[in-house]
Amino acid sequence: MPLVEMIDVGKQFGAHTVLKGLNLNVDEHQVVCLIGPSGCGKSTLLRCINGLEAIQAGEIRLHGDRVTGPGVDLNRLRRDVGIVFQSFNLFPHMSVIENVTLAPIRVLRMDRREAEEKAMTLLKRIGLEQKAREYPDRLSGGQQQRVAITRALAMEPMVLLLDEITSALDPELVSEVLNIVRDLAKEGMTMLLATHEMGFAREVASKVCFLYGGIVHEEGPPEKIFGAPSEERTRAFLKRIIEAGRL
Amino acid sequence: MEEGARNRQWRAPSIPEDPSRLAWGACFVGAATVAASWWVVDHLRGVMAVYDVQIASVDIGLLLFGVVTSVLLWPSVKAVQIAGRARAAAVAGDVVAARVQGAAARSWCLYTFGYAFAAVLCLAIGLFIVANDVSVGRTFFNLPLMRDTFRPILKAFWTNVYICVIAEVLVLVWGLAVAIARLLPGRPGQPIRMIATLYTDAFRGLPAIISIFLVGFGLPLAGIPIAKDLPLPMLAVIALTLTYGAYVAEVYRAGIQSIHWSQTAAARSLGLSYMQTMRFVVVPQAVRRIIPPLLNDFIGLQKDTALVNVIGAMDAFNQSKIIEANHFNLSPVTTVGILFVIFTVPQTRFVDRLLEREQRRTQAGG
Repeated sequence: MPLVEMIDVGKQFGAHTVLKGLNLNVDEHQVVCLIGPSGCGKSTLLRCINGLEAIQAGEIRLHGDRVTGPGVDLNRLRRDVGIVFQSFNLFPHMSVIENVTLAPIRVLRMDRREAEEKAMTLLKRIGLEQKAREYPDRLSGGQQQRVAITRALAMEPMVLLLDEITSALDPELVSEVLNIVRDLAKEGMTMLLATHEMGFAREVASKVCFLYGGIVHEEGPPEKIFGAPSEERTRAFLKRIIEAGRL
Repeated sequence: MEEGARNRQWRAPSIPEDPSRLAWGACFVGAATVAASWWVVDHLRGVMAVYDVQIASVDIGLLLFGVVTSVLLWPSVKAVQIAGRARAAAVAGDVVAARVQGAAARSWCLYTFGYAFAAVLCLAIGLFIVANDVSVGRTFFNLPLMRDTFRPILKAFWTNVYICVIAEVLVLVWGLAVAIARLLPGRPGQPIRMIATLYTDAFRGLPAIISIFLVGFGLPLAGIPIAKDLPLPMLAVIALTLTYGAYVAEVYRAGIQSIHWSQTAAARSLGLSYMQTMRFVVVPQAVRRIIPPLLNDFIGLQKDTALVNVIGAMDAFNQSKIIEANHFNLSPVTTVGILFVIFTVPQTRFVDRLLEREQRRTQAGG
C-alpha cells in the first residue's frame, strides 16, 4: 500500500483550476520529485497534502486513511506530514531552539528539557548547535532553511514535503541545504519535493513527476524522464531548462 | 569616437557663488537677535522689580538666556571671516578652495539663522507672559500660588494615575479579547464577530465623556448589584475600559492582520491549533508591532482621566478647579497640565528604548 495516495484530486481558486483530477502515489522510503513550469500546481499539491489548502474533488489517503473532507483532524494529520517552505517561515520572535521545540512541546506535550535535548541533537547534525540561542534574522538564508527543516523533523513526520526549499537561496548556499535532503533520503525518509534543481532531482529521486495542465503529465524513474521523456510537453520543458543552463 | 552627441562639455565644476552678502546678512540677524534678547531680559527684570517678585532662579535664568543668545554673534562673525577667505580664493582662481570655504561660510550662516529663529520664539513667549501688565503671567503662572497648592493637587493626581493604570491593564486584556472575537474564523463565528464589530463601532463613536457620565451616574442609579457600590474612580475605570477597549481592539486587530499569513501556515503545518497559533506565533509578533500605536492610545486614556470630574470624582483637575474658584486664578490648573505632561513623557522614551533593544536582539547587523 502506498504511503500517500492522491486520487482524482481537483483544486480550484475561484474560477482558476489548478489541479484537475490528479493521481499520484508515494511509497514508503520513496523520494518523489515534482517538476514542471511555474504555476503548474506543485506547491498547491504539497499544501493540499497537509491540509493547508482544501481540495474540491477526489481524495488524498495517508496509509490508506482518507485525510481530506469533513471530520478529519487536521492538527493530528499535520503531526505526521511535515512541510518546509520556500521562504523558510521561521518565527522571527523566537530563537532557533524555540522555533524547533515549539511544536514538540505544545503539540506533542513533550517535556521542555527533553524537547530541547532532542532539538540540540538535531541541530548538531546540521552543524548549527552554536546558533541555538540566536534569532533567525541573524542567520544566513541557508542556515535558516536548515533550521526550518530541523523544525519539521522535530515532529518526527512520516512524510516530509519540501516546497522549492532552495529557490530563495543564494547559489552558494544551496548545497548545504541539499546535503541535508540527501542524508534524509539515504536514511529512508519518505519525501515529496517540488524543485527546480533538476540535477539534484536526477540524483536523489526514486520517481520524477512532470506536472502539466493540472495533472501528472508524465512520471517515471529519473533516468527515463531526464534521459528519454516520451511526452512532447516534457521534452519542451526540459529543453528550456537546458537552455537556461540548469541541467 | 564620433564628434557630436557623445562629445559633451563637462558641466559640473561650477564657479562658486560669493557668500559675502549672506554672511553679512547673518551678522545683522545675529546682532539684532542679541540686542532684542537683552532688551527683553531687561524688560522682564523690570517687570519683576515692579511687582516685587524675587525668585533667584528666574533671575539667573533670564541672565543666562541673555548670555546664551549673545553666543549667536560667534557663528555670524565666523561666517563673515570665512566668506572673506572664499572670496580671496575665488580671486586667486582656486575654484576648489573657494567652493569649500563658501560652503563652510554658508553653513555658519544657516546656524545663525536657525538659532536666531529659536531665540526669537522664546523671546515672544517671554513677552506674551508679561503682556498686558503681566496679566498672562498672573493668570496662568502665579508661581507662589502654584507652589502653595502643589501638594493637594499632586495628591489628587494620584486618583488619575490609579484610574489610568487599572484601566490600562484591563484594556490590554479586554481589547485583545475583542480583537480575537472579531477575527474568529468560519461561519459559526459570525454572530460573535458581529457583536464584537458592533461593540467597537459603538464605543469608538461614543465620546469618552458621555461614556463616563452614563456609567458613572447610570450604574448606581440603575441599582445594578455590584456596580452600585463601587467607588466613583472604579466606575470611571469601567467607562474608560469600555471606550479605550474599542480603540485598542482595533489596534490589536490591525497588528494581528499585519502578520504575514505564511507565519500562520508554518505554525498550522506543525500541528498547532488555531488558538495555539494565535497565542504563540501571531499575537506575540503583533504585540511588538503595535506597541507605538498602543502607547498613543494609552496617553489618550491617561489624559481622559481628567474627564472623570463630570461625575464628581476627586481627581487632580477637579481639585485644581476648586482651588481655582477659591483664588480666582488659573495657575493650579496649569500645575495639573504640567503634571500630565511630566507623566507621559518618560513613557514615550521608555517605549522607544524598549523597541530599540528588542530590535537589536532579534535583527541582523546588531
